[in-house]
Amino acid sequence: MLTAEELPRTPYQTYHEWYSSQDPAHLIQKNRDAENIFRRTGITFAVYGHADSSEKLIPFDIIPRIIAAREWRKLAQGIEQRVLALNAFLEDIYHKQEIIKAGRIPRELIEKNVAFLPEMIGFRPPGGVYTHIVGTDIVRTGEDQFYVLEDNARTPSGVSYMLENRETMMQMFPELFSLNKVQRVEDYPRLLRQSLASLAPAGCKGRPRVAVLTPGIYNSAYYEHSFLADQMGVELVEGSDLRVIDGKVKMRTTKGYEAIDVLYRRVDDDFLDPLTFRPDSALGIPGIMDVYRSGNITIANAPGTGICDDKAIYSYMPEIVEFYTGRKALLENVPTWRCSEASSLKYVLEHLEELVVKEVHGSGGYGMLVGPTASKKERAEFAEKLKARPGNYIAQPTLALSTVPIFVNKGIAPRHVDLRPYVLVSDKVKIIPGGLTRVALKQGSLVVNSSQGGGTKDTWVLED
Amino acid sequence: MLGRTANGLYWMFRYIERAENIARLVDAGLRVSLTRVGYSDEDWHGVLESAGVREAYSEVHDTLTAADAIDYLLRDSANLSSVMSCIEAGRNNARMVRTALTRETWEATNEAWIDLKARLSKKLKATDLPELIGVIKHRCGLIRGAFHGSMLRNDLYNFSRIGTFIERADNTSRILDVKYYVLLPSVSQVGSALDNMQWESILRSVSAHRSYGWVYDGDYQSANIADFLILQVQMPRSLAYCYEKIVSNLGYLAENYGGRIKAHETADAIRKTLKQRTVAEIMDQGLHEFLEDFVSRNSQLSAEISDGYRFYQ
Repeated sequence: MLTAEELPRTPYQTYHEWYSSQDPAHLIQKNRDAENIFRRTGITFAVYGHADSSEKLIPFDIIPRIIAAREWRKLAQGIEQRVLALNAFLEDIYHKQEIIKAGRIPRELIEKNVAFLPEMIGFRPPGGVYTHIVGTDIVRTGEDQFYVLEDNARTPSGVSYMLENRETMMQMFPELFSLNKVQRVEDYPRLLRQSLASLAPAGCKGRPRVAVLTPGIYNSAYYEHSFLADQMGVELVEGSDLRVIDGKVKMRTTKGYEAIDVLYRRVDDDFLDPLTFRPDSALGIPGIMDVYRSGNITIANAPGTGICDDKAIYSYMPEIVEFYTGRKALLENVPTWRCSEASSLKYVLEHLEELVVKEVHGSGGYGMLVGPTASKKERAEFAEKLKARPGNYIAQPTLALSTVPIFVNKGIAPRHVDLRPYVLVSDKVKIIPGGLTRVALKQGSLVVNSSQGGGTKDTWVLED
Repeated sequence: MLGRTANGLYWMFRYIERAENIARLVDAGLRVSLTRVGYSDEDWHGVLESAGVREAYSEVHDTLTAADAIDYLLRDSANLSSVMSCIEAGRNNARMVRTALTRETWEATNEAWIDLKARLSKKLKATDLPELIGVIKHRCGLIRGAFHGSMLRNDLYNFSRIGTFIERADNTSRILDVKYYVLLPSVSQVGSALDNMQWESILRSVSAHRSYGWVYDGDYQSANIADFLILQVQMPRSLAYCYEKIVSNLGYLAENYGGRIKAHETADAIRKTLKQRTVAEIMDQGLHEFLEDFVSRNSQLSAEISDGYRFYQ
């Protein structure tokens, strides 16, 4: 939070004055209290592949990340533009494919993509909305300088942490919220429900019935699924609760089967319908795609939106935004080398020690190489994988990310962060002021994923 | 509400109830070991039997020792009815139905799990047992208290309560059944020190050794003890009390769901038996036969409730 002249950046000023007046021992105690709050509430996630540690806490940092209203407005405009472009892109690739015809994106990148669902061709989801909920991962390199790291249009997770982080901060430091005018994030569940209900199928009469579909208690994000269902006041269902009856998706209640109009699913496309996709899926509902295609249920996000999360598609985002909005993208992409292209592959192999290499379909920080911190041996091994399947990878330079302060027992220390604001799309676009700030807790580290030892902190967008 | 949610609540409360009852049984067993002249480890047979795990115990242990029995009852994960397994299963069900629980109820359950998991993760020392048993009862009491103080009195509440009382009725009848021979009238033993201790142990395992005194003016008598645990509606762990509650909770569902199911007939019939029978008639029929029949009708009721309210697909 300190610039070279050791003066707090403006949005941090009030916080900084408060912090300087605090007893360090008291803050250390508060830091411990925070952990207890999370543990008691059961705000946990699961790390796959760790049998004995099936539930873990994400470390929470007690120093908020603070963003000025002016800077946020600029960022929000860029996000809105990008999200509208993503929806237009999806509508296009599943209908007229103008962008391919215009030669702006190679056809095979779309049609050969595993996340592209031929089942969605020619089908228009209720309200024309594909991505009801989007999380756009952003990094900051300096004042007013933001880059989009990736788009999460499939099933962005983490919003429960945004809400619980705020709740925890208000519980622990109520005085901070009277000193600073922080924009609200608490309305998210209500807005989400409104947004989902407003996109119910046209034939739905009365109040639309919304439900959240979870893979169950062993899923890594189960806490979030139950949290959102609870906060919205809607049922949390599993595939085994649902059945297709008389052309509707119905849930088994103690009184009999009752129809669902909008399903906020937290189950991947592949598992959604064993009759259409993976036949071995026990998490889905046989026949739901037929109900969907006949317009009797809204699925959020729409199947087939995952293609937007593809990192090769990402590399075309500047073109995509310009193509559909007619304007240059307000938010910049991180320069990206597509290893499928021979010249890029050559460059990437020659500069591995400066680059971050990611799988095009990867997520959660799995299967990536952070060149500058990797060992020689790791880089050599990765180079082999790259040469074997170049089309599976993209590479990006490591950015000179700005840092934010975190709390350590000796006081404060700088760490790298990213930001995932959450966006709700219905007939309008709503961006929750703030989002989830993930922080790389290890000194010098650039990896913020919770599955790789990252933490989170509350994110404040100040009022003017 | 979802059938799966009703199922989850029902089993969550069955498991929490069972955890508490197992802790009481161990407590009663410890009491016997401290106070009885001529006590031997063999006395734990009865405790294992009351908990319904005597056979399962012999499969993993060749010999019976107090330490092994206590370990098996409190913390062995191979024992699906150990306190730890019950708390784990109760909490897993609570996680599954978390949206149906108030934050207070969920947190009390989650904290019970965190606390007991830590306490039960290592070998138990005999000196720690009294405190540990106190903590288990305390944790279960907190869950119940949070539940009572915060849940809406709707179908969620009623399914949870039905789970509690079906489990409790099952546990009380098993405890009595294992010790039924102690209660059989036998001229030679009446009033002997041994008897008093055995009877007290029965009452203690349902936390009723004090309240018994208030209701029956002191003296232990077999007929009174059976009466207390089977027919006395004021006694919160008696079969009669459990069935008053079950009938009323099921009544709520009938009214709100606009109709009765088979379970209503079964519950009414069991309640009627408990209302009309005298303890003398039960002793004449044979206490063991009576209890055996009760346990099986109680499980039949449980199955009818799961069917009638679509707990499973």
